[in-house]
Amino acid sequence: MTDLPRTRPLTADETDALRARQRGRNRVMALILGFLVILFFAISIVKITEKPPHMSDSPDAAEAHS
Amino acid sequence: MTTANPQALMMPADWRDFFALTKPGVMRLVIFTALCGMLAAPGTIHPVLAFTAILCIAVGAGGAAALNQWWEADIDAVMKRTAKRPIPGGRMDRTSARDFGFALSGISVMTMGLAISWLAAVILAFSIFYYAYLYTVWLKPRTPQNIVIGGGAGAFPPLIGWIAVTGHITWMPVLLFLIIFMWTPPHFWALALFVQIDYSKAGIPMMPVVAGERSTRWQILAYAAVLLPLSMTPWFIGGTGRLYGLAAFLLSGMFLWLSFKVGLRTASPGDGMKPEKRLFAYSIFYLFILFAMLVVDRYATIFGLQA
Repeated sequence: MTDLPRTRPLTADETDALRARQRGRNRVMALILGFLVILFFAISIVKITEKPPHMSDSPDAAEAHS
Repeated sequence: MTTANPQALMMPADWRDFFALTKPGVMRLVIFTALCGMLAAPGTIHPVLAFTAILCIAVGAGGAAALNQWWEADIDAVMKRTAKRPIPGGRMDRTSARDFGFALSGISVMTMGLAISWLAAVILAFSIFYYAYLYTVWLKPRTPQNIVIGGGAGAFPPLIGWIAVTGHITWMPVLLFLIIFMWTPPHFWALALFVQIDYSKAGIPMMPVVAGERSTRWQILAYAAVLLPLSMTPWFIGGTGRLYGLAAFLLSGMFLWLSFKVGLRTASPGDGMKPEKRLFAYSIFYLFILFAMLVVDRYATIFGLQA
């Protein structure tokens, strides 16, 4: 989309606007990726700590697997 | 490409336009009903996983919405209500919307599968396919019953939320699905009655345009009449307590009453379509409160406030 054929070079103002737009997008992308890193870390921790059914404290589950 | 402003396309689309592409307004209802389905389901889920499941449902819905706007950019451009959306507004090119939609869909389904369960992920994937393909591409331009089928897409969130907790399908989540399914046509046709000029211009066979107002009004009434017993069924089958049953009766009774007023009248030019607008506004309130009552009912039972 940025590399559409152009008939003239960008003016200084246009370049500034373009850079500002790109900066905004990059910033949002960084926030999303950072958030996903934290989320996936949290999911992993929860999944690792969660007891599987055969080790759970509830009596019927233990009975079913003993 | 139908976009009006080629100069704007030299700029990459603003991130706010990508956000707008996910239909944040619709997403509020999606998140709310998914959360209610989750809280009303028997069983517990770790808060982190609950958050992840809701996020996946919301992002999946956003992806489907982006794909919908990628496909319908031409139609959106000729309707006043949608002409300002990012693609017809010339602020984004179609390819970006398509890639964005596919990326959101893929990421949400994969995350759901890895973090929650593959059953929930498969249903999420199907709901996206249902909205973005079966509804948008196939049925919407072909049948005046399009809204009935489209309602199915909005009915998935509480079903997926419930299944994320329990891990299997039972009658209760299916009933929640059916309630939204039956709610959508009267909700949407009430809106269609007062914005119908738009749809005829875009060539979408919306019910009031094709079958006429008379028939649409009758059908609104018919769906509202079915909704009354249907919304009470979770109580009949013992899935909820008396509290929900009573709330469903009152809320759906009011819905039916407002539908009567819309169903049995004939609009005259310049009357402002007040009953239709009232029904539309109430229908949103109705769904919020009905699902909230589902959760209230479950906690009332847990804390021993009702038998």
